[in-house]
Amino acid sequence: MSNHAIQVENLSKAYRIGLKEEIPDTFMGAATGWLKAPLRNLRRLRRLNTFAENAGQNGDAKDQLPEKNGNSCEPASDTIWALRDVSFEVQPGEVVGIIGRNGAGKSTLLKILSRITDPTSGRAVINGRVSSLLEVGTGFHPELTGRENIYMNGTILGMTKREIDRKFDEIVDFSGVEKFLDTPTKRYSSGMTVRLAFSVAAHLEPEILIIDEVLAVGDQEFQNKCLGKMNEVAHSGRTVLFVSHNMAAVEGLCMKAIHLSGGQLSHIGETHDVIAGYLQHGLTIASEIDLSDHPRRVRGMQSVLKSVSISLGDGSSVNQIPLGSDIRFDVVVDPPRPIRYARLAIRLFNSVGLRVTTCHNEYQHPEPIAIAGKTTLRCIMRNCRLAPGAYTVNLQFDDHRVALDKIDSCAGLEIIPTDIYGTSRVLPTHAAIVFPEVEWSVRAGGMGERLAASFKAC
Amino acid sequence: MFIDFRELYQYRDLFRFLVWRSIKTRYAQSVIGIGWAVIQPVFSMIVFTIIFGNLAKISSDGVPYAVFTLTALVPWTYFSNSLSESAGSLVNNTSMISKVYFPRLVLPLSAVIAKLLDFFIAMLLVFGLMAYFRIAPTWNVVFLPLLVVLMMSAAAGLGAWLTALAIQYRDVKHAMGFVVQLLMYAAPVVYPASLIPDRYRLVYALNPMVGVIEGFRAALLGSRAMPWDLIGVGAASAVVLLLSGLMYFRSRERLFADVA
Repeated sequence: MSNHAIQVENLSKAYRIGLKEEIPDTFMGAATGWLKAPLRNLRRLRRLNTFAENAGQNGDAKDQLPEKNGNSCEPASDTIWALRDVSFEVQPGEVVGIIGRNGAGKSTLLKILSRITDPTSGRAVINGRVSSLLEVGTGFHPELTGRENIYMNGTILGMTKREIDRKFDEIVDFSGVEKFLDTPTKRYSSGMTVRLAFSVAAHLEPEILIIDEVLAVGDQEFQNKCLGKMNEVAHSGRTVLFVSHNMAAVEGLCMKAIHLSGGQLSHIGETHDVIAGYLQHGLTIASEIDLSDHPRRVRGMQSVLKSVSISLGDGSSVNQIPLGSDIRFDVVVDPPRPIRYARLAIRLFNSVGLRVTTCHNEYQHPEPIAIAGKTTLRCIMRNCRLAPGAYTVNLQFDDHRVALDKIDSCAGLEIIPTDIYGTSRVLPTHAAIVFPEVEWSVRAGGMGERLAASFKAC
Repeated sequence: MFIDFRELYQYRDLFRFLVWRSIKTRYAQSVIGIGWAVIQPVFSMIVFTIIFGNLAKISSDGVPYAVFTLTALVPWTYFSNSLSESAGSLVNNTSMISKVYFPRLVLPLSAVIAKLLDFFIAMLLVFGLMAYFRIAPTWNVVFLPLLVVLMMSAAAGLGAWLTALAIQYRDVKHAMGFVVQLLMYAAPVVYPASLIPDRYRLVYALNPMVGVIEGFRAALLGSRAMPWDLIGVGAASAVVLLLSGLMYFRSRERLFADVA
């Protein structure tokens, strides 16, 4: 027995995804395909699990797995490695953040650690009672009342009835729905349901807590309350694993962080360093970036966004953009069919992962944009007053309400400080997200009579 | 260790709330509510009495056909309903399976337990009908709890098999409806087991519900002696079903979240 809270050794997890369906082009082809369908389905459904079995009991069958870089006999075409050889340790009482892009394997890791699914190989040893929160409100039934759902949800999360009894008032208090406790939750607003669900979750008292981005619930006030509660949990000496895309939250809560990338552990260490590494990871700052085959295209999207180039308003390309200048985005799209309502979103995220602004033609361009064939869309952001620092850009292209293409962090840009206020002094970058245009004036004495009167009238 | 009883015990409160959730929500927002537990066997009884009792004149061991078939319909309805309920229990809760760990076995087991409420309510109806026909139960009623346990084991065993299969092959869901209906004719619901030739009697009793149903009739209606041979064979096959079902369930359990 080790005295680690969590010990993960060479953890790997493979998923089988369905092979592409063949689309028959003749009537006979369709008919025979249809007749063979049950057989094909059976094979496909069976393979959902035969694979995991072949790959071994408790992961001692490492040798059966394809080597990391070599192409072995494994039919890799329909196999996805969600996790690959991940090893790390967590000491009791540590609060560890897990970061990484979509599809990096974060959720799979949490699922294995919370015993929802078994690893294909490798092992995870956990010492202590675990509660995992991969979702709020699991087991909520719309026909049950708030009170009943508290008990239902609490027991699913591993609490006993006595524990819930003891904390019942606290939970209700925290959720702020005491008036509707005996109303079926189907009559609740979605916000109320989520608040109640989070309240139950927030009152778990396991030795090890595993949390997947459940913070993004409710209105701003409730979110702050949740973060406060999280902070309390994090400082109560419990071991916490925390997955989030909210870098500010990770930085605030965690002392240590793990960066996963493509199913592998890319970096582990001090939160600040790991986040910095994550944000720089594979980012290209270049004048023109080819997007046609981009690794961070969101899964399931088609390649419509072809390239993006970022330059100054006059078209001169620079690596660093001076604060207060115009930034020009030229995005080339090539949709497979003519599009009547093209929507392009250019989103900017700052170094803690906060979305600071969005350029979106639907809201900013007076008429709908119709597109046929290869087209360049240009957006110039005038007088950009975002605080100096590194930003990442994420692009999304929709046909009216249908998302066609989306790429996370496809480009980066850096804004450098300039003397925009003419004081030859620069506001510290951590002091603000935007550097607005401001006007200061000074007058002797207190507020004038006239000013005070107008103040009262308000 | 093939079943972690300690863990199941730790999750006993979850078990309780699941049973209670399924009881409470089953008849929510319905006018007749729990009355549905009675309506299903009563209407089958009426139809069977007319068709099999009056038209086909099937033997009913000398008791009125209505009460003869109802004593069989009540345990049978329990059996078939808990099968379909437990087979659906994982499929209908995939979000729970893929988001939280808990011993998966509590889902089908709680379905089997929850159906007992319907069963007991329907049993009241049986006693009512017996009073109407002035039939007194025999002293064999003391064995009813045993028969109920046998009935539950059979339901839980087959239920575990079906549940584990249904999560991977949704065909189970489609097949359940009519297979259960057909299976009813493999149990002495509309006819007495005495119609079965003696040669096949013990093979026939491999269906655990044969012993249960004939036992119910013998204990309640006293139409014949307690059929211990049928009950014995049925109990043996129920134990095999239960153990193999639980083992199969356990062996599949760790894959549920992936295949769901």
